[in-house]
Amino acid sequence: MSCEKNGCKCNGNSEFKFVQLDPVIEKYKNVPGSLIKILQAAQDINGFLSKDIINYIANGTGIKPAKIYGVATFYAQFRTKPIGKYLIMLCKGTACHVNGADMIEEAICEELNIAEGETTADGLFTLNCVACLGCCSLSPVMMINGEAFGKLTKESVKKILYELRNQERAEGVK
Amino acid sequence: MRVIVGQGSCGLAAGAAKVHQELEKQIKENGLNIHVEITGCIGNCYLEPIVDVIDDQGVKKTYVCVKPEMVKEIVEQHLQGNSAVEKYLISKEDSAILRKQKRVALRNCGIIDPTSIEEYIALDGYKATEKAVTNMTPEQVVDVIKASGLRGRGGAGFPTWFKWDAARKSPGPDKYMVCNADEGDPGAFMDRSVLEGDPHSVIEGMVIGGYAMGAVEGIIYVRAEYPLAIKRLETAIEQAREKGFLGKNVFGSKFSFDIRIKAGAGAFVCGEETALIASLEGERGMPRLKPPFPAQKGYFQKPTNINNVETFANVAWIIHNGAAAYAAMGTEKAKGTKVFALTGKINKGGLVEIPMGLPLREVIYDIGGGIRNGKAFKAVQMGGPSGGCIPASLIDTTVDYEALTKTGAIMGSGGMVVMDETTCMVDMARFFLSFTRKESCGKCTYCRVGTKRMLEILERITQGEGKDGDIELLEELAAKVKDGAMCGLGQTAPNPVQTTIRYFRNEYEDHIYKKKCTAKSCKSLLTFSIDKDKCTGCTSCARKCPVKAISGEVKKTHEIDPHVCIRCGKCLETCKFKAILVD
Repeated sequence: MSCEKNGCKCNGNSEFKFVQLDPVIEKYKNVPGSLIKILQAAQDINGFLSKDIINYIANGTGIKPAKIYGVATFYAQFRTKPIGKYLIMLCKGTACHVNGADMIEEAICEELNIAEGETTADGLFTLNCVACLGCCSLSPVMMINGEAFGKLTKESVKKILYELRNQERAEGVK
Repeated sequence: MRVIVGQGSCGLAAGAAKVHQELEKQIKENGLNIHVEITGCIGNCYLEPIVDVIDDQGVKKTYVCVKPEMVKEIVEQHLQGNSAVEKYLISKEDSAILRKQKRVALRNCGIIDPTSIEEYIALDGYKATEKAVTNMTPEQVVDVIKASGLRGRGGAGFPTWFKWDAARKSPGPDKYMVCNADEGDPGAFMDRSVLEGDPHSVIEGMVIGGYAMGAVEGIIYVRAEYPLAIKRLETAIEQAREKGFLGKNVFGSKFSFDIRIKAGAGAFVCGEETALIASLEGERGMPRLKPPFPAQKGYFQKPTNINNVETFANVAWIIHNGAAAYAAMGTEKAKGTKVFALTGKINKGGLVEIPMGLPLREVIYDIGGGIRNGKAFKAVQMGGPSGGCIPASLIDTTVDYEALTKTGAIMGSGGMVVMDETTCMVDMARFFLSFTRKESCGKCTYCRVGTKRMLEILERITQGEGKDGDIELLEELAAKVKDGAMCGLGQTAPNPVQTTIRYFRNEYEDHIYKKKCTAKSCKSLLTFSIDKDKCTGCTSCARKCPVKAISGEVKKTHEIDPHVCIRCGKCLETCKFKAILVD
């Protein structure tokens, strides 16, 4: 499968794209138990774990691709699909659930016209529901690219997304 | 004059960074020479962002719910003019909450700057480590912990000394001390606050424990969702190494010990110790059978001991203040204190540390300030997805391992989610099952398939398609999943279902036989109608209705067709006259 289909922009020259990962593989390939660390670094570089990058790691470490894929799909942190510019992590922990996280999810899905786990057509937003962000006293909470937004209401969440989208449009015009 | 801004994750989420920036800006504009310091979470999360101002006489004033626009006034009037801005200060009632607590594990949280080892040392930090490694034998350390009665704070409550002793007696030169900071219970954030607010206390606990069991290395397994905790731990470990508190010959003794951090990748099951070890080894985090216990064969088959963050945070305090001081707190079987994350429909949510043996009523009403919006208290959920719901009738249950287990719930790691009359208990059971179903690693059939079947039944019930016999089937499956699962996740997954059936069977029956959700939470079971006396015929609900279920002429009473209505609630949100009735 060509790289582009996986969302990679390396024009098929995946070797070139992943050289940034070489020092990490070099450092950890002989340290037992380092696969998760390598995968975390790979995801930081590439945004997600494509088939190509998994094969690249397999070549570098000697670990079988099937095993790497097994580890990658076991943990919630790893993604095998590309994500949008803004990753929305909506907390679905107990406190958020009790305080209406489902309603917030509805509002986000309505505003962005996507379902949980999907990315908007313009590649701007991805919605992921997560177990708990640990900001329970501010529930319901979501985190967008690391920044937390608390005490959400249907209105406030729509406003936040609307403003981000406007900001993107304004930058696009420039 | 000192200015300190609370900057744990919750403080930052509430906007503490913006307040910090504004403080620095205003201080500069006023030509003052004050450095704005940071601290961890004090626990009053509902009051964040919190700013402490300590004057030259050492008098502390606390500003709460600080917004950037309030900063100018505080700087000009208090920092410049030396008189506090009374209207923004913490109320007497709120500051009393802290006094009702007994802070051991959280002793430094919200007080010291977590990025400064000097501030930690100034409050007797690392004295316990020095005492242990230079003046005590490993056996003596184990004995002190035994006498203190410290039990694991991760949930199961296993005596800490016993695990250390077993690992110490296990043969082999390479042993490992692991800190379980994979706090996965939704609705719990005690460990995060300790790691962010007082990382050195955890490091100290690990060094002392490592000395007692004879470990060569410590590993902290932290959730990847806690980036700030990882950052602060990295800084703290680096500082401790520079001081010689970590690394070769700790405090000049023969004991060498270093710590590294391992970021988890998001899997609830990794809270189980054998799964955590598998994850440390870079594998899928799947549990294995015990025995052999990690004390015999753990990380890469070497003797390994695993304790929770809060357990470690208690250790240095016990060594420094003595076992008797610790054992003086709590009940006969549960000594010391426990930290809880008090959340849900509570007025004053946050972190609280209380002596064991306190009744739940005092925690919820005296410390937590009761239920939000004057609603009625219905239940409190303890122990997350492995725990259970304790109903209002048992609110005088005391907080200790045995009393809580008797109710069907567990002490757990410290999540305490309060629910009111608008929380549907069947929906809560469904919520927890959807979590455990997703997090089941899939190794044991009963856990993998059983949780899925249970979830399907609960989903059916909450959607109004419950059948006669569903409750009994749930009960049967719950017992079998418990018996058929190998690890703690599966063995406890049915707890939320069992406790809600035990205490709220009537709600299940209402859903199944009367097709009613008394808490008015399960949408499929609600009927929307229009109050003829209140409707003005403004047509706004009819225009908003996505399925055109509402009809009526302008300025005349409207009507909802129940067969068309999809119960989305749009009309309820739209109506300005409160004319939409929900039943």
